[in-house]
Amino acid sequence: MKISMAEVEHVARLARLELTPEEKEKFTHQLNDILEFAAKLQAIDTEGVPPTSHVLNLKNVWREDEVHDWLTQEEALANAPAAADGCFQVPRIIEE
Amino acid sequence: MEIYDLTAHELSRLLKAREISAAELTEAVLERVDEVEPAVRAYVTVTREEALAAARRVDEARARGEDLGPLAGIPMAVKDNMCTRTVRTTCSSRILENFIPPYDATVVERLAAAGTVMIGKTNLDEFAMGSSTENSAFFTTRNPWDLERVPGGSSGGSAAAVAAGEAVFSLGSDTGGSIRQPASLCSVVGLKPTYGRVSRFGLVAFASSLDQIGPLTKDVTDCALVMNVISGWDKMDSTSAPVEVPDFTQFLGREVRGLKIGLPREFFAEGIDREVKEIILTAVRVLEGLGAVVEETSLPHSDYSLPVYYILAPAEASSNLARFDGVRYGLRVDAPDLISMYGQTRSRGFGAEVRRRIIIGTYALSSGYYDAYYKKAQQVRTLIKQDFDRAFEKYDVLITPTSPTPAFKIGEKADNPIQMYLSDICTIPVNLAGIPGLSIPCGFTAEGLPVGMQLLGKPFAEGTLLQVAYAYEQSTDHHKKRPPLAGAAGGERHA
Amino acid sequence: MRKEDLETVIGLEVHVELATKSKIFCSCSTEFGAPPNTHVCPICLGLPGVLPVLNKKALEYAVRAALALNCEIAPFSKFDRKNYFYPDLPKAYQISQYDQPLAYGGYVDIEVNGEKRRIRIKRVHLEEDAGKLLHAGDDIAGAATSLVDFNRSGVPLIEIVSEPDIRSPEEARLYLMKLKTILEYLGVSDCKMEEGSLRCDANLSVRPRGAKELGTKTEIKNMNSFRAVFKGLEYEERRQKEALAAGEEIVQETRHWDENRSVTVSMRGKEEAHDYRYFPDPDLVPLIIDRAWVEEIRRSLPELPDARRERFQREYGLPAYDAEVLTASRTLADFYDECVRLFPDPKAVSNFVMSEVLRLLNAEGKDIVDTPLTPQHLAKLLGLVKEGTISGKIAKDVFEEVFKTGRDPAEIVKERGLVQISDEGELARIVDEVLAANPAVVADYRGGKEKAFTFLVGQVMKATRGKANPALVNKLLKEKLS
Repeated sequence: MKISMAEVEHVARLARLELTPEEKEKFTHQLNDILEFAAKLQAIDTEGVPPTSHVLNLKNVWREDEVHDWLTQEEALANAPAAADGCFQVPRIIEE
Repeated sequence: MEIYDLTAHELSRLLKAREISAAELTEAVLERVDEVEPAVRAYVTVTREEALAAARRVDEARARGEDLGPLAGIPMAVKDNMCTRTVRTTCSSRILENFIPPYDATVVERLAAAGTVMIGKTNLDEFAMGSSTENSAFFTTRNPWDLERVPGGSSGGSAAAVAAGEAVFSLGSDTGGSIRQPASLCSVVGLKPTYGRVSRFGLVAFASSLDQIGPLTKDVTDCALVMNVISGWDKMDSTSAPVEVPDFTQFLGREVRGLKIGLPREFFAEGIDREVKEIILTAVRVLEGLGAVVEETSLPHSDYSLPVYYILAPAEASSNLARFDGVRYGLRVDAPDLISMYGQTRSRGFGAEVRRRIIIGTYALSSGYYDAYYKKAQQVRTLIKQDFDRAFEKYDVLITPTSPTPAFKIGEKADNPIQMYLSDICTIPVNLAGIPGLSIPCGFTAEGLPVGMQLLGKPFAEGTLLQVAYAYEQSTDHHKKRPPLAGAAGGERHA
Repeated sequence: MRKEDLETVIGLEVHVELATKSKIFCSCSTEFGAPPNTHVCPICLGLPGVLPVLNKKALEYAVRAALALNCEIAPFSKFDRKNYFYPDLPKAYQISQYDQPLAYGGYVDIEVNGEKRRIRIKRVHLEEDAGKLLHAGDDIAGAATSLVDFNRSGVPLIEIVSEPDIRSPEEARLYLMKLKTILEYLGVSDCKMEEGSLRCDANLSVRPRGAKELGTKTEIKNMNSFRAVFKGLEYEERRQKEALAAGEEIVQETRHWDENRSVTVSMRGKEEAHDYRYFPDPDLVPLIIDRAWVEEIRRSLPELPDARRERFQREYGLPAYDAEVLTASRTLADFYDECVRLFPDPKAVSNFVMSEVLRLLNAEGKDIVDTPLTPQHLAKLLGLVKEGTISGKIAKDVFEEVFKTGRDPAEIVKERGLVQISDEGELARIVDEVLAANPAVVADYRGGKEKAFTFLVGQVMKATRGKANPALVNKLLKEKLS
């Protein structure tokens, strides 16, 4: 499988990364190397092999429905790049 | 030996006997930091005042006659991807350069409760992605054994700090070898515990199904002592295991006679430096001499570990790192609209390797490719894990090199991702299988570069690894060697 | 294609906030209406390093809802990450369930024009809510900046996805009402559309009547009330039918219901870019729900609206309409049940509740539990009427006061001297006076004018300020006039 520069652009858009033209070219090249390397996996027969998402066989982990206060509004906003009226502030939202 | 050269268990004796106070010890280590840090550059942040205050609290508690644990008053360092309340936590990334977490990671909390004294936060490859610390957005940490060379990574700062006497022990995190490989390159002991053994709460996630926190120490006894403090179930981490935690020191001193050790042949094949291989086999003969039974074995799917890892880890990372969006914390590049704010913030905030992995991971998860990449990799992960399950039906411990080569030169692999990824060829399968892996110093190359031996065990059998490592350590003296740093740094040589 | 030959196909995706005390993956309060960013923590703010831990009550509520919707509980289910960037989504992924939802294969029965229709439920899954965006201007694009409040971030949601079994906007409305009633009965959600605790998106397509395949669908969002769901779907149905009738093609897209202009507006181009890159969340472990627990939850389910309506008809002999009205909310049905237990005359209770109680509740826009009125009050009041202490008319006056104040009806009657006059001697004297004072009316009555009788009764009531026992007045008047 070969990844094209257009695909790299699409994926970068999905990941909200802006790449320079040089980066696009370099990344396309490097990603192809990595994918080529990953292509090795296609040779293995995995018919019927269950995928591993967790190495531990844990299940049903939960907590009780109890309320604990943690942060104040001030603490919540302490790291905010911009805040107003007790809220995080973001620039104008123009949908893609 | 200097104070800063001593291990935690040695210092603990001095502290208990009041031959030294925690404050004096902390000052001694801080002085050592001042002395060698310009050359080594292990720390992103040194928390001098907080450390001295914490040390004084320990001294006061001791004066009140409180019963203190063995790590009380011991100066240590934390990799800068674990959250520390009021102390900035950067992940060596521009995007978090000024981020001050409002909470402590569980391990940090536990170490504080044990009375340890945090000296600072150590450098890493940005978001733990790398094997050399060259991917730190701030600076490259140097290997105390050879300042021209990398300390390994991503926990390079943590390994170098311990090796250089800038901390008695440190915490690292290990997603594909990030504790063990730098431990090996810096001649310290590094343990990646079983997945789920140590809480991940507060560890800034790289690849959640592989990440695990563990200690880097000067010897095996210290490793056991730190494990005693940081291990155990945590209600804040759904993936932490509700498994009983033994006193790990009880395994130290148990004999290894009759233990079965397997040497998986795939880990001694092409790609492993000849000298490294010889040093490991020499070390294995030491264990054989102690009565362990050694046989060659095979982990047939090992060759697939790297491709599996380089799909799964970036995929998880692409999602884990999406939260760095300039909205709630961290860097924001001002832009007139949201989409460009996102794009510019994330492009300027993340370095090249991080962006590369985000892109590969996003691609692997995107519609149309999920089955071919992500799901396939998860299936092969199952096969890799099954190889280990089968091997451990026969063997108590497997031994491999930790790193295929000793420390390489700074810049040597910087622009070749695949070459860099190959540094982790021996450690990655261990994360995929979720089993514990311990790297211990086992010798030096002709050039004087450290080599580490990797011991692998069954899930939650860290005790067995410590047992074997301790037996080896007691029969050798590699762990007692310290880098000839002061001279190399141009600093004052202590008598 | 003529519009008359097209049929409408609708499927609904309903999001319901669960009424747990704390959020789904952290211990922050779910309270509505708090100052912004005061019910937040590192976890629901998506700070680096945090991990989610599932709230067991949220799971229990989801199982409860799924069972009440006749679903199967999956033997194995897991959480997945749905990845997309938006300022109200702190981790830039939503923890949801993708290919292995908690429950599947249920149904809800609704009644349309007296006919039962079964709407199948495809799946029910658990997920977390996002925060809230506030815009300075009147819409997103108009505002120079937007503000984000994360109090709602991490509130537990269930998403209930129907099969495309709904055939009209009215059916959609009935289905949604039914869901709301069921969920309220279960106590798992307060289902307030105006507060956003119940939200509804719809898929709508049209096709030639009798066709098997579905037509091209559009997804309609932003319908924030039951009325909006009805109006929005009605508009979209008409739009699609007219387009097809005019030979145009339907474009698969998301459309936004614009309440002010009463139209759906295309959001074309905004959805195509979405590729959610779902994958299993490595921070959460699978759910393998114990069957015994499921059965325990099933046994604890309350009597649901359909069963209760049938019982009201069967046990209390109520007409279908009354039973429907009385079971429309659980609190009202509970109130009715309890009244009947205390005052075992189902018809009398139902008449009073359907007229007086509902009149006042509707007038004040309140739920029965939010008033001081108790079943004891009503039973006592009806008892006073039955034993003849007060008349039915007086009872209505007394009720208004009880409803407002929660005072004991007997005390009100006593205090205001409203006890009915049932003393035959005293009434006879008053009747005589009335007859004497109205000779012309008496003559009319005797001349065959039935209406004159009613006038005379009224005069007696007036003389007694409504307190005369009406039956006795009737009897005495009849005797004296015959």
